[in-house]
Amino acid sequence: MSSFPILSLATFLPLIGAAFILILRGAPDIVARNARWIALWTSLITCVLSLFLWAGFDPATPEFQFVEHADWLPAFSIAYHMGIDGISLFFVLLSTFLTVLCVGASWVSITVRVKEYMVAFLVLETLMVGMFCALDLILFYMFFEGVLIPMFLIIGIWGGPRRVYASFKFFLYTLLGSVLMLLAILAIYVQTGTTDLPTAMAYDFPVGLQKWLFLAFFASFAVKVPMWPVHTWLPDAHVEAPTAGSVILAGVLLKMGGYGFVRFSLPMFPVATEYFTPLIFTLSIVAIIYTSLVALAQEDMKKLIAYSSVAHMGIVTLGIFTVTEEGLQGAVLQMLSHGIVSSALFLVVGVVYDRLHTRDIARYGGLADNMPKYAFVFMAFMLASVGLPGTSGFVGEFLVLLGTFQVNTWAAFLATTGTILSAAYMLYLYRRVVFGKITREDVRRMLDLSPREIAIFAPLIVLVLWMGIYPASFLKPMQASVANLIERVESAQKAAHLETVPRVAVR
Amino acid sequence: MPLTPFPSLFPALPELFLICAAMALLMVGAFRGEGSARLVSWLAVLALVVTIGLVVVVGPARQVGLNGLFITDGFAFFMKVLVLIGSALSIVMSMGYNEREGIARFEFPVLILLATLGMLMMISAHDLISLYIGLELQSLALYVCAAFKRDSVASTEAGLKYFVLGALSSGMLLYGCSLIYGFSGTTSFDQLAQSFAAGQASTGIIVGIVFVSVGLAFKCSAVPFHMWTPDVYQGAPTPVTAFFSIAPKVAAVALFIRFLVEPFGGLAGEWRQIIQFIAIASMLLGAFAAINQRNIKRLMAYSSIGHVGYALIGLAAGTEDGITGVLIYMAIYIFMNVGTFAVILSMRRNGKMVEGIDELAGLGKTQPAMALALGIFMFSMAGIPPLAGFFSKLYVFMAAINAGLVPLAIIGVVSSVVGAFYYLRIVKLMYFDEPTGVFDRPIGREIQAVLIVAATVVMLFFIVPAPLVSGAGAAAASLFPG
Repeated sequence: MSSFPILSLATFLPLIGAAFILILRGAPDIVARNARWIALWTSLITCVLSLFLWAGFDPATPEFQFVEHADWLPAFSIAYHMGIDGISLFFVLLSTFLTVLCVGASWVSITVRVKEYMVAFLVLETLMVGMFCALDLILFYMFFEGVLIPMFLIIGIWGGPRRVYASFKFFLYTLLGSVLMLLAILAIYVQTGTTDLPTAMAYDFPVGLQKWLFLAFFASFAVKVPMWPVHTWLPDAHVEAPTAGSVILAGVLLKMGGYGFVRFSLPMFPVATEYFTPLIFTLSIVAIIYTSLVALAQEDMKKLIAYSSVAHMGIVTLGIFTVTEEGLQGAVLQMLSHGIVSSALFLVVGVVYDRLHTRDIARYGGLADNMPKYAFVFMAFMLASVGLPGTSGFVGEFLVLLGTFQVNTWAAFLATTGTILSAAYMLYLYRRVVFGKITREDVRRMLDLSPREIAIFAPLIVLVLWMGIYPASFLKPMQASVANLIERVESAQKAAHLETVPRVAVR
Repeated sequence: MPLTPFPSLFPALPELFLICAAMALLMVGAFRGEGSARLVSWLAVLALVVTIGLVVVVGPARQVGLNGLFITDGFAFFMKVLVLIGSALSIVMSMGYNEREGIARFEFPVLILLATLGMLMMISAHDLISLYIGLELQSLALYVCAAFKRDSVASTEAGLKYFVLGALSSGMLLYGCSLIYGFSGTTSFDQLAQSFAAGQASTGIIVGIVFVSVGLAFKCSAVPFHMWTPDVYQGAPTPVTAFFSIAPKVAAVALFIRFLVEPFGGLAGEWRQIIQFIAIASMLLGAFAAINQRNIKRLMAYSSIGHVGYALIGLAAGTEDGITGVLIYMAIYIFMNVGTFAVILSMRRNGKMVEGIDELAGLGKTQPAMALALGIFMFSMAGIPPLAGFFSKLYVFMAAINAGLVPLAIIGVVSSVVGAFYYLRIVKLMYFDEPTGVFDRPIGREIQAVLIVAATVVMLFFIVPAPLVSGAGAAAASLFPG
């Protein structure tokens, strides 16, 4: 463990870049160009820095690593406490990686207020990375909630025609969920006298309180994931957000909910987790099947992918609440995979949107003829989203279903139908956009991928295949942490069972 | 019969200085004539700064002076500094406006000094008599301030309305005081505290407390005694509105705390439900009634009603950390409000002040720096971390949960989400909409300075929150001896 504050550096480095962009002065086009380059370099350096985390990470221990601790509010024993374990490591990497892509993807499509746009993305990066590293509940909450400000502005300023509605809905929906979590955090503070996460994770809350706290955290994370029926903000936000905004939304912000469940709900409220598992299974199954069917009927490409996100995140929540090694590892991997694949799909949509300024599926068709490279890229991510073996999507889904099967056969069965439906809507989308005859002149005139776009997609394809073919490099670092988490949950559940009258297992 | 010794004046040193300064400035103004407004204003600011120094000299130790009428302690120390900062910033902001609107008279800063003096008296009140004297001194000065723009019907109306309703509330307060005196035989806070330490009180005392609470709720514009607020805020000249929303509010909340916690701390079980009701009603009304406002001063009126509701959550908890929460809340509230009013004061188009919210459309393009500042204040008022407004809410909610007031906290956070809607609407106007026109420039150096200071404090508070938090903690601890 080094004393070098690498986590703080990775977290706050983007802010330094943002500060540089803020002080840019001069002619608008020069400012815009400089802002783009500063943002790109800042996010690249941050990304490289976070790779050092991966390199220096010790997969053998479930302890938090790269820990930093400093007094912040000693009167209330709230501290600046940062650290990562095998679960959060990859979310940090995902955030820094996707930010680079977002800056790249906005290079030409954002032409107004470029300076503010880049600042918003860098601030967003700080908040995301900080959130995944925070080991203090209040600190976590600050990052978690702070994300709303830049995202609200990104959707509202650079979004589509209904951007005001979408941004307000996004903001108020998620705010309502999070403030309840804030109360739960305060209740935890009152109960334990600290907001330190490792302490709270080892604390056994009274069962009655656990259920309330669980529900409060659930309100926040379920909105963020989003779970059915509180998912309705997501399609609106996705459709109206600029491409890079959608990428961050799908790639990282949705993961905040899943990460929250794994990091907070499971270890802090193990008994309540058990109690509410049937509810979560039901909601997840409904999400998987219902939103897949909804996705089939969409005419807007972004909306279709948005609904598919809800379905995929349903698989994630299912996996998390199996509390089995396979289920949890699968869920985390599925989140990473979805973070990359759905981001890539939004970028794919962005490519044609930049050219034709419509996301209407019916406006396209026959792109395989004049955009063969594009068709190939689209296909790769489409198949990964479906979960074709050899791609990242397969490993995650398979592990989750394996874990679910051990716990609840019916849930596993129903979830599997969801994966069939996902193949249906994705293939249907692909057929309508890429195959067939070109009927419109403007579609025929569209150019194939530019080198910049290829540079954005290439690392994504590599990652998708890497996670699909050799998932061990991602699963290994998280193994110890996941095993530790499961042990904590199960021992707490056992202790609770011994205290009360033994219940008949309903599963 | 020994002679009563001459009372120790040392604890009241800041007040004595301030009253001398106000008189002296009145002389300066009277002898130098109409053109002296700016000079008197700056001298008044100087006087306030010196008063802050004197408050520091007197220190946070508990001292009772003037034969038990007057007290200084950590709580008074903290609140006085807040009030003085608020008043000084208000005078600084008012100068440019008054000159442009042709109401630059030297009486204005003197009136503010007198009102501030009343507030300091309120904060240090240790007896029902001194409580009332401080309150009236403050109120009378404020009535005049509200009607300061004599040629404007709206301003005159605001002053009159404030006066009539204020007199009514003062009457109720006085009636409550008389009931308390009648049923306990004393007006001294110390003796009242001793009588009711056991938590037993007759109905007459309870009724007295209720009446005084009504009067105080009126002064800090808590629901259901808030009706004057939107009209007065809208009608009064904008610098006066800014002043109203800052210093008197802090002083009234301080008096509210002192009155309930010090003499009647033993009866917390009795008054806590009143405060809970007031807090809930204020938060909800502040959140819902503001949604449809089109005038930004009116909107700020409802916003301030809501903020008082949140602050009162801490008082409803009635515990030491509850009071700490209130103090932190008021301190941060001052900066958010000062900053917001600095922006409102610079909303001037073609030489005329505009007050419609829609006038802010596109400010992000036309005046990015000002828009950024106002955006920070709005997000902060909505309570979004990491801005300062989040911390203020954090502490009062923490205290509420600690005191077992979970339903109150839940209503609080839900209404904060509703409130977020109208704060966001201002952000939306500034950043999402196209500009309809530009505001006059320059906005004035004083306003600019105030804006920068307030925005910096609100934005960067999260880096070093500890000093304010521990200061407020020490101040609250002085109310709970032992």
